[in-house]
Parts: sequence; C-alpha cells; structure tokens
Amino acid sequence: MHIVDGALAGEVVIGGAVLAVGGLAVGLRSLDLDRIPATGLLAATFFVASLIHVPVGPSSVHLIMNGLAGLVLGWAAFPALFVGLLLQAIFFGFGGVTVLGVNTVAIALPAVVVGILCRAPIRRSSPTVAAVWGAVAGGGAIAGTALLVAVALALSGEAFVPAAKLVLVAHIPIMIIEAIVCAAAVMLLRRVKPELLGMAPAPASGTAHA
Amino acid sequence: MAHDAVAGAALDRTTKLESALTALDPRTRIVMAFAFAVVVVSLQTLAALTLALVLAVLTAWQARLPWRSTRKTLLTMDGFVLAMLVMLPFTTPGPTIATIGPLTMSSSGLHLATTIALKANAIVLMLLALVGSLEPALLGHALRRLGVPMALVQLLFFTVRYIEVLGTEYLRLRTAMRARAFKAACSLHTLRTFGYLVGMLVVRASERAERVLQAMRCRGFNGTFPVLLEPALRRHDGVAGVMAVALLASLVLVERTIV
Repeated sequence: MHIVDGALAGEVVIGGAVLAVGGLAVGLRSLDLDRIPATGLLAATFFVASLIHVPVGPSSVHLIMNGLAGLVLGWAAFPALFVGLLLQAIFFGFGGVTVLGVNTVAIALPAVVVGILCRAPIRRSSPTVAAVWGAVAGGGAIAGTALLVAVALALSGEAFVPAAKLVLVAHIPIMIIEAIVCAAAVMLLRRVKPELLGMAPAPASGTAHA
Repeated sequence: MAHDAVAGAALDRTTKLESALTALDPRTRIVMAFAFAVVVVSLQTLAALTLALVLAVLTAWQARLPWRSTRKTLLTMDGFVLAMLVMLPFTTPGPTIATIGPLTMSSSGLHLATTIALKANAIVLMLLALVGSLEPALLGHALRRLGVPMALVQLLFFTVRYIEVLGTEYLRLRTAMRARAFKAACSLHTLRTFGYLVGMLVVRASERAERVLQAMRCRGFNGTFPVLLEPALRRHDGVAGVMAVALLASLVLVERTIV
C-alpha cells in the first residue's frame, strides 16, 4: 500500500526522506557498471510482479514481493524498489511526492533486512528447509512493511492510531500470501538458477523448460 | 483483466499535443511539481487547499491530460486510504457534530480527513500533469542534471526500458498458464503457481540482463548515455518560474489571511 501526501506529520516525512537517502546511498555503492543492467531488469521484474493480483474473497490484493527482491538483490533492492515506487508515483499517481521517502523505507528496508538474514540459511539448507526460510523472508518483509507504515501513522498523531492498528490487521492475510508465494519462488530459483541466491550454478540440464 | 494490461504501454503515453507546458524544460517542470507538493502539504485551511486543487486541475487541463484515465487514477485510491479517511472523523478528539450509534464524529476529524483528501489529490494531479506527461528518457536526463547520481538515473533507464519487455514476457507466461486451464483462486495451488511464475520472471530477466550487458560491452558502453538534444533553460522557463512562485505565494497568502 502507499501512503498519500498530506497524511503524515512533517517530522515523519522528513525522517523518512533522510532514511531513504541513506539507504539509497548504501545501495548505490554496491552498484557498479556491470550490475546496473541486471538490477534494472530485476527492478522492472518486481514492478511487473506487483501487477499480479491474488483473488481474496470478493476482492483481490496485488503481490509486493519485497522479500524476494531483498533475497536476490541485497542492498541493491533499496534503489531498485525506489525506482519502482518513483515510476508508480509519476506515471500512475500511486503514493505521492513528499511521502516517497517514507514509502521507500517502508518497502525497501524490510527487503534488505530479510535479504541479509535469510540468504545464508537458504543457501545452506535442504530444499524443504530453504522453502521455509523463503516463507520467512516473504512474510517477514511484509510484516516489516506493515510495522513501518503503522509506526509512521502512529507517530503522526493520536487520531491515526486506530488507522495504524487497521494497517497491522489488514496485512496479516497479505503476509500469509507473500510467505507462500516467496517460498515457491525460492524453491524454483534454487533449482533453476541457484546463482541468483549466491549458490553454485545448477548442473547443466538447462533452464529451457518451465 | 484490466490489471494485466502491460504497464509499459502507460509509460509510453507521451502527450503528443503541443501545449504551453510541453515547451518547458523538464527540469522546470520537476522543480515546480516538487515545490507545489511541499507548499500544499504545509497548508491547513480549506480555502487555500481548494485553490491548490483548482490550480492543479487547471494545470492538468493545460497539459491535456487524458480526462477519463486521470479521473480513474484519482478515484482508484488505495482502499486503505479511503478507510482511513472514513475513520478519521470518528477517531480525532474534538467538538462533536454527529453521533452514529456508539461513534461520535468530531468537526476537527472531518476537517483533517477533508484536508488530507484535498492535499493528496491536488499533489498527485499536479505531478501527473507536470512530470507524468514527460517522456521517461527526458525525465532521466533532467534528474541527472538536477544532481541525481548517475547510477540511479541509469537504473531508472533500464527499469523503464524493460518494464514493457518483461510485461510482455509475463503475459506470455500467463497465456501458457491459461492454455493449461489455470484459473486464479484463493488457494494454495494458485499461490504456489504464482511463486513459480515470479521466480521464472526473475530467471528470465537475469538471463536477459547477461545478454544485454554483453551486447552493450560489444558496442563500447562506458557508463554514459550520450544526449543528442540538450534542452536549455530558456526565457519561458523563467516566466513560468516567476508565475509558479507568485501562485505558490498567493496560496500561502490565502492560508494566512482567510481563517
């Protein structure tokens, strides 16, 4: 979800912008000329993935997949997800201008954190255990996002506290969905292209199928 | 399904029609949109905010934004934002103006919700009008010249360039899934399939990235994108800047004088 302009307190907006600039600086440092094309294509992939809708009851939710972005990109997930949010704001009007920093931190910071925490166990363990870690990464990233959005709202005033609680509750089903989807994606990556998760390349049976 | 429409097509809708705004330097338009957002966020009175929304609507009209799709964009606000706006009148402490069952609606809460709705819509509309109608390549070069790091601008270029390509790839995979009678439902099978789908998109994107990098190396890519047409700041950028400052100042003036 995107917070819109005008809802948050000035201090929260500025704090979010400062954190976002810091995260971008660290993320950009890991991007040399050779990694920019791959990161750009993956940023585009996660943009496209957010168009996938999962039906939930009479409505539907779209995928966010920031956990998987963190697993595949590490710190580079910060600029990659920022670019996605920037394009969404500019060309689709989702989110806003002044809240771009807060929205970026809410999506990208949990991505980077689960990427750092879950990548090593996914690499080391058996496929089944790795899938569980993938679920932890996918669900954990959404939990982090919900928590950061709730904190940003709650810090903006007494009146927003019920809305902050609503955010936490509303993200529980999304958390479950993203956990399962991310687990499946991790299983596929481990089999088809393990080097994306920092593992040794798969034996040469190829990636032509699927 | 409307959601499955490829996003890249939307990124490509550059305003073909010539208008006073399209003659402005992209940098001027970015800075104006940003300044507008910062000023409008700080406004509190309904009078000033209504005036800001009118300004945004007029700019959108000047930029010849497609009326129908823009209205749809503004109306399809996040469900959560809508829920929050509905909740705020009841959760803000203040003088009561209405009681619905156990809930009391406060005038200060209603005021808060209204100002947020006005701010959000005015800023998004102004952004779509001034920046959203830019060609992505122009946007990237303008950001570079406004001091955004080169690596970030290049990342933006690659992302914009490949959203459409990967969107087509995604639609192809969805067609293959449909041919095998896949239908999205709220089930474990759907979620697992979507996981494989996203994973496959990531695999194909990274393999394409390897080919792209090799091809760019072959052509002597050295990390810079040469620009043929460097737009320069001209007199009407100055005129537009002065007008923008005057309009923003009048917004603040309205805020201060009308209570």
